[in-house]
Amino acid sequence: MSTGITETDDDSTETQTQAVGAARAAGDVYSEMTSEEIEAANEQSRRRTRELVEEADHTVELKVFRFDPEVPEKEEPRFDTFRVPFSKGMTVLDALMWARDQYDSSLTFRHSCRQAVCGSDALFVNGKQRLGCKTQVADLADSGVPETVRIEPLPHAEVVKDLVVDMEHFYDQMESVEPYFQDEDTPDGLEEQYQSRENREKVKMSTRCIWCGACMSSCNIAAGNNDYLGPAAINKAYRFAMDEREGDELTEHRLNIIEQEHGVWRCQTQFSCTEVCPKDIPLTEHIQELKREAVKSNLKFW
Amino acid sequence: MSQSYDRGLIEDFGRWTEFSAGMWAWIFHKFTGWVLVGYLFTHIAVLSTAIQGSEAYNSTIQGLEGLLLVRFLEVGLLAVAVFHILNGVRLLFVDLGLGLESQDRTFYASLVVTGVVVVASIPTFLMGKLA
Repeated sequence: MSTGITETDDDSTETQTQAVGAARAAGDVYSEMTSEEIEAANEQSRRRTRELVEEADHTVELKVFRFDPEVPEKEEPRFDTFRVPFSKGMTVLDALMWARDQYDSSLTFRHSCRQAVCGSDALFVNGKQRLGCKTQVADLADSGVPETVRIEPLPHAEVVKDLVVDMEHFYDQMESVEPYFQDEDTPDGLEEQYQSRENREKVKMSTRCIWCGACMSSCNIAAGNNDYLGPAAINKAYRFAMDEREGDELTEHRLNIIEQEHGVWRCQTQFSCTEVCPKDIPLTEHIQELKREAVKSNLKFW
Repeated sequence: MSQSYDRGLIEDFGRWTEFSAGMWAWIFHKFTGWVLVGYLFTHIAVLSTAIQGSEAYNSTIQGLEGLLLVRFLEVGLLAVAVFHILNGVRLLFVDLGLGLESQDRTFYASLVVTGVVVVASIPTFLMGKLA
């Protein structure tokens, strides 16, 4: 309950939840409680949740994808419905956390910074890849509060549990473009590698990537071709290929990576990635520019 | 991780109602491209049966144009060709990196222009004036 996500939250819930938390921390307290006492405490907590939902001016219904291969009841993927009190400024992540804290503590999803920087909580919300922490629940309705919000794990990735997908392939693709500065040479008389303002502006948008994987998940080509580098990795390659501080030899090496068979040429300019990118990186534009650079470096008429 | 759940490809085209402009442009471009390839081969096959002389050619064309179905198909062919041309020009600009932020509007524009051209062509095609 550290978030204070709902205005309807009053001190009594705070104390109650903290009490349960303290009991858990103590460990053996539960074992001293009889099963009747535990059931009574659970019932009280459920009643409190019902009250909060009933007292709320607006509620929103979350339909959340559930799957867990290790629990027999969740082996078959299904959708669970949670009714959550809406409060102004509530994000999809806030709503998910409320549902987890109040209804089902086994509801699993990744999140960390809650401010669109860590890139952990890319989710498939109402049919589009979005960051849970950056998506306002109110924005999902044309006006007012949406009736239901459908939350699924990112498509085109294997689901590990509930909303958690396996990101290994995405990270592999990101690493394959060597996303790190490689030139150690500094210009004469300087201790640092100076970057011109113009050049910094050029790569500015591409440096914003938070590795959330939304673009890769939205890409129709990446879905059918696991060898394709994907928008995020190509954007990473762009960030370094366009950086003037790296020497010509390195730039050529980078162009060789991105113009391989499953590099930039697999992009079919569907603009899916550009549309879902939570950091507004013009991914398609960057991919197209790299295509032109690749052609230019191979066709030298001038 | 003991096992994971692969939801398969069903979600790709099962979610067609959620597709955005760029995705539709891609689908239409692929579709019209294949239709044009198919037409090209039919075109060559049919006309190669009518190369004995002007009479054979005329009777073949008139026979085809006499069929209402063929005239409807011609309207469809025009629609497919016009869209493929316009979207091809759009993709050319996308490749040149021009106007990428209005890529959705140029797609809608090519749809509208295709519609207008097709509607304008209906009298000519359906009344069989070409025959």
